[in-house]
Parts: sequence; structure tokens; C-alpha cells
Amino acid sequence: MSILVDESTRLLVQGITGSEGSFHTQRCMEYGTKVVAGVTPGKGGSKHLGVPVFNTVEKAMAETGANASLMFVPPAFAADGIFEASAADIPLIVCITEGIPVLDMVRVHRYLKGKSTRLVGPNCPGIMSPGKCKAGIMVGEIHLPGSVGVVSRSGTLTYDVVSQLTSLGIGQSTCIGIGGDALAGSTFVDILTLFQADEDTRAVVLIGEIGGTMEQEAAEFISRHVTKPVVTFVAGSTAPPGRRMGHAGAIITGSAGTASEKIKALSQAGATVAPNPAEIGLTVRKVLESL
Amino acid sequence: MKVHEYQAKALLAQYGIPIPKGKMSCSPAEAREIASQIGSRVVIKAQVYAGGRGKAGGIKIVNDPTEAEEAAGKLIGTRLVTHQTGPEGVPVSKVLVEEASDVERELYLSILVDGISRLPVMIVSDAGGIEIEEVAQSAPEKISKSYIDPAIGFQPFQGRKLAYGMKLDGGQIGEATRLMTSLYRLFMDKDCSLAEINPLVVTPGGKLLAVDAKLNFDDNALYRHKDIEELQDKEQEEPLEIQARDWGINNYVKMDGDIGCMVNGAGLAMAVNDLIQYCGGKAANFLDIGTLNNTERVVNSFKMFVADPRIKAVLVNIFGGMARVDVIAKGIVEAYQQMHIPFPVVIRLAGTNLEAGQRILADSGIGFTLAKDFYDSARKVVEAARGARK
Repeated sequence: MSILVDESTRLLVQGITGSEGSFHTQRCMEYGTKVVAGVTPGKGGSKHLGVPVFNTVEKAMAETGANASLMFVPPAFAADGIFEASAADIPLIVCITEGIPVLDMVRVHRYLKGKSTRLVGPNCPGIMSPGKCKAGIMVGEIHLPGSVGVVSRSGTLTYDVVSQLTSLGIGQSTCIGIGGDALAGSTFVDILTLFQADEDTRAVVLIGEIGGTMEQEAAEFISRHVTKPVVTFVAGSTAPPGRRMGHAGAIITGSAGTASEKIKALSQAGATVAPNPAEIGLTVRKVLESL
Repeated sequence: MKVHEYQAKALLAQYGIPIPKGKMSCSPAEAREIASQIGSRVVIKAQVYAGGRGKAGGIKIVNDPTEAEEAAGKLIGTRLVTHQTGPEGVPVSKVLVEEASDVERELYLSILVDGISRLPVMIVSDAGGIEIEEVAQSAPEKISKSYIDPAIGFQPFQGRKLAYGMKLDGGQIGEATRLMTSLYRLFMDKDCSLAEINPLVVTPGGKLLAVDAKLNFDDNALYRHKDIEELQDKEQEEPLEIQARDWGINNYVKMDGDIGCMVNGAGLAMAVNDLIQYCGGKAANFLDIGTLNNTERVVNSFKMFVADPRIKAVLVNIFGGMARVDVIAKGIVEAYQQMHIPFPVVIRLAGTNLEAGQRILADSGIGFTLAKDFYDSARKVVEAARGARK
């Protein structure tokens, strides 16, 4: 099993005709993902990469049975794209777009309250269930089907961690980038809940970074509800306070946002902390061997 | 993005929030002129982006225009070192000359977006004039909060609750509620990431006055606020960081080591710096090169390293996803063709189009140090920097 995406995922791509949308849609299809529809207002009725394009998400879902959306809509229009997909009651939105204004996301989160749609991202690499479905921009070949769940605020650091795992022969159930923004659609706690319930996930790798308190909330949740082993690393222990380190959410304000505070909380909650980012795979191997 | 206090106050005034009488000045003579127009005791405040000005000597209270001129003369043209700046400080080119306010009580008021509730939150305290983090530590009971639903906006009941939290009464409740409503409107209209009035002063006459103000803006929303973007004072920023931005490298942060780093992705870039430190070295910068469609930004990154005399060695660590490894490799070779590179360069490539990238590097005949993985790359660059320091 895996979480959020698998063989039954029928993907719709919002912004399919743009250059990024085209490039990554093609990669997803090559990996075996069922891309059933694209949405670009004004291009409805045409075909792109062999996929039917619709003017609206509502029409695309009605005609193709799409059950998840992968979004490449530019930042100024992204909130509208999320509203549209959610209004059509799509179960899952994976938003890749980087650079959405925070107050747009405040309105998005308010709108999503009580709706059936789950949002992952924005500013994230997406979701990968190896061998089943790739709904994102990650490199397909580095993944290996297996039983370790990966959840991370980062993109490329996650690729490195996944390739560390794969080179040690450790496969992954699902890998999820929750994104580098201050307001994430799905939090560590949301994803840990799913991994804990997933019977094919034996252990979880959680990659945090400086800024906010999402790791502390994860620690609290782990100590109460997670029985599976968690291996963790928090990036940014060398980052200066008050500076935004690339990601909009990666900025230390107050002591809670520092890597050391987050590592302390996760460690106290029973997670195994990798000594450095290059030994996360080895740490997972040790933990799995001790099971 | 930050702005100066005098600019923040001008925005508050536009939204009807009372501020002290005053004006920005760039010269001591002008400061004298403004002080004599105000005609009472005035405060001379250094205009810098860093906090902690008061303790660092950046705020002076003076009695008359002559003293105002003198105080302004001692600030303008100097560098102010506060606990928030580095030892080199930040330049002072402007002062705010403002009527000294009579103070009965000092309050605190701010709005920011809360990451847990994902809502704007209005925070107040009746212990103003000191940093809110200190109050949160020493007297958390003095802080009141109210989360704002963006669908209905800031409501009068919230204003009343918070006004009582600041121990206001009578006509002040309505006045404070109007002020808070205005600040919320400003926050939402201008895409602020922080709006803070500290202190919000209660005068002996019972009026409210925003005596200091700080506004930060969401960088991602500047595209729809050209008026705000124009307020940016580049002089207050690190020269290397301005240079980086001019060269299209938006995610560059100067750090205090001697190993230049070029990485794709913010998380990996932070992890690279962490790993370098773990291996006994220190990064000179954080640099997330982002997603590339051409080689220009790679060449410009090398220009940055060459322009930075601290650099002893450079690490390139790219895990191609959206970024293509062959484009990066091509850029590195172009950089070597365009300029003299005086330091050793360690390269680790992985991901999209890896083989093409490796071939470009091999065919160039340039003596890079190639690393086999993430760990190896950090060890090798730390070693190379150590060698170069000798």
C-alpha cells in the first residue's frame, strides 16, 4: 500500500500547456502515472501530449473521472486555481507553484475548511508512490518501491535522502514534499497520521528545516500517536537568525524556529536524529535492523 | 521586505492612525529646520533596518533646534551597530525628527500571520516599549491575542476584547478598535508580513499615538505593490547580496566562512552548509541557484565567488530535478572560459541528465575535483579550503 496516490489515481494537470506543466506531465506519464486531463482556460477541446484539455476543472472531472490535480499555475493565479479545483470537490490538490503570496494562502486555507479537498504544497516537489504513481516533479529513477515513508519540507534534499535510501536497497512506500512555504496545505502531523495508519509503511523519515513550529507539533504527535520508528534531520543549523534561507518559511524568528530546538523536541519524542544530512540513509538502515 | 520607520509611519497616517508630528531629514541643517518648525522638544531617530536602535545610541531626545542639528550630525554618515547587525553595523543616512511625545503608558500592538491556525492574528500587550518576545517569556499573562477570519475581517468585538486586554477604558475602547481595524486594513491591503506598533503610547490626555512602527512586506506579493517595492533602501542591505540579485541570483545570503557554495534547492543548500560545518569547514554563503533554463546564472555565481576575496574553495552540489545537470555543467565550463578561477572547485552532480553533464565536464579538460556523493563533496571541499589557506 501507499498513501495519497497509487494505481487508482487519475491525474488532472492544471496549467498543462505551460512549459513546466508540459515537461513534467510528460515525465509523470513516462513513469506510468495515469494523466487523464489537462486544464487551461481558453484551450478546452484541444489535446496536449495526447491528453484532452478542458477549460474548467469541473468539466475535466465530469468527463474523465479525474480524482487528483497537479498544479503548475503561475503564483498570481494559483489561489484561484486551488479555489476552482476545491469548488469542484476534487479529493486531492498537489500544488507545485512557488511564490504564492501568504495572504492568498490565508484565504485558500479559510476556503478549504470543511471542504473535502486535501491540499499538498504549495512550493513543493509533489507526491511519489514508487512503482505506482508520480504526481510531482521529482526524479523518478531514484525511487524504489518499499516500506519507508518519507515526508519533507524540502525538494532537492529529499531527492538526496531518497537516493541514499535506494542505494542501500531501502525502498519507499510514499515520498511527500509538503513544501517550503510558511503555510503548508498538509503538515507533518497530517502526513504522519496517514503513514501511521498505512500498514505497508514500517518506518518514517521526516526532514524538517528552520522556521515555524511544524516540527515541534510533529514531535508532540509522535510521542502520543506514532508507534513506528521515525528518523529525522532538520536542515539549517548553520543558518543566521532573521534571514530567509530561500524558502519563504525558512526563517528563524524567536528561539522556537531554530534547528537545535526542533531537533531537541523530535529527539525527546523518540525520533532518531541523523548526525548529518549525508547519513540519513545509514541511520534508517540501523533503525530498521534493530526492529 | 523591510522599510524605514518614517515610511511605515507615512503608511499608518494614510490609514488614519495617529502618529507624532515629524519629518525625515538627510542633513543636520535640515534637522534643525524641522525641529524649529515643530517648536518643542524633539526626538532624533536614526533610520536603519535593524532593531535595537535605542540601546545602540541611535535615538536621541533634544531640547532645541541647535541640539537637534548636533545630534543629527553625530548620526548621519556613521554606521550604527546594534545587537541585530553584524560588527560592521548599518549605515545611517537619514534621521527622523519627531515631536517628543508625553507618555502616560506604553502598549504593544501587532499583526502577523500565524503558522498554526493559518490566520492573521492581532497581538496586544499592556507592556509596550520592550520586545514582545521578552514579555512572552517574563509575563505571558500581559499578552492578548485574537485570530481574524479573513472572510469577515476584523470585528468590533475583537477590538473591544483586545482594548480591555490593554487595560483601556471609556472612549479609548472605540478609539483603539478603530485604530486596530485600520491597521488590519493596511496589513491586508499591502500584503504585510508584519505590522507592529511598539510602543503604542497613551498620552496624558488619554489619546493613542503610534510612537514607533515597523512594517514588513511579503516578497512574493511585491509584484502587486510597486509603490511599496520602490521604498526599498538598498544601502541597508549587504552589498554582496545586492550584487547577487542584480545578477539574477535571488536566493543568496552572506555567511561568515570561506567556502563558496552553489546548490539547487533551499533545503539542500542549507544541508550543504550544515554538512560543511560538520566536516570542519565554514560556508561563505547560502546560494540556491533555483531552476535553470540557461547557463547565465551559473556563470554569475562564479563571478560572485571571484568577486568575494574570502573564498578559498568552492563546492557545487546539484541534484537535478527541475534543474538539468547538463546545463549546470555547461555553465561551469563557460565560467572557466570567461574568467580566471583562482580557487579549487569541487563538483558533485546527480539527477536529471547526469551523464550528459559528466561528459561536458570530462571533455572540458579542466581540473575539477569530482565528488562521488554528498558526503564526499563536503569532505573534499573542506580539505581543499584547508590546503588553500596555507
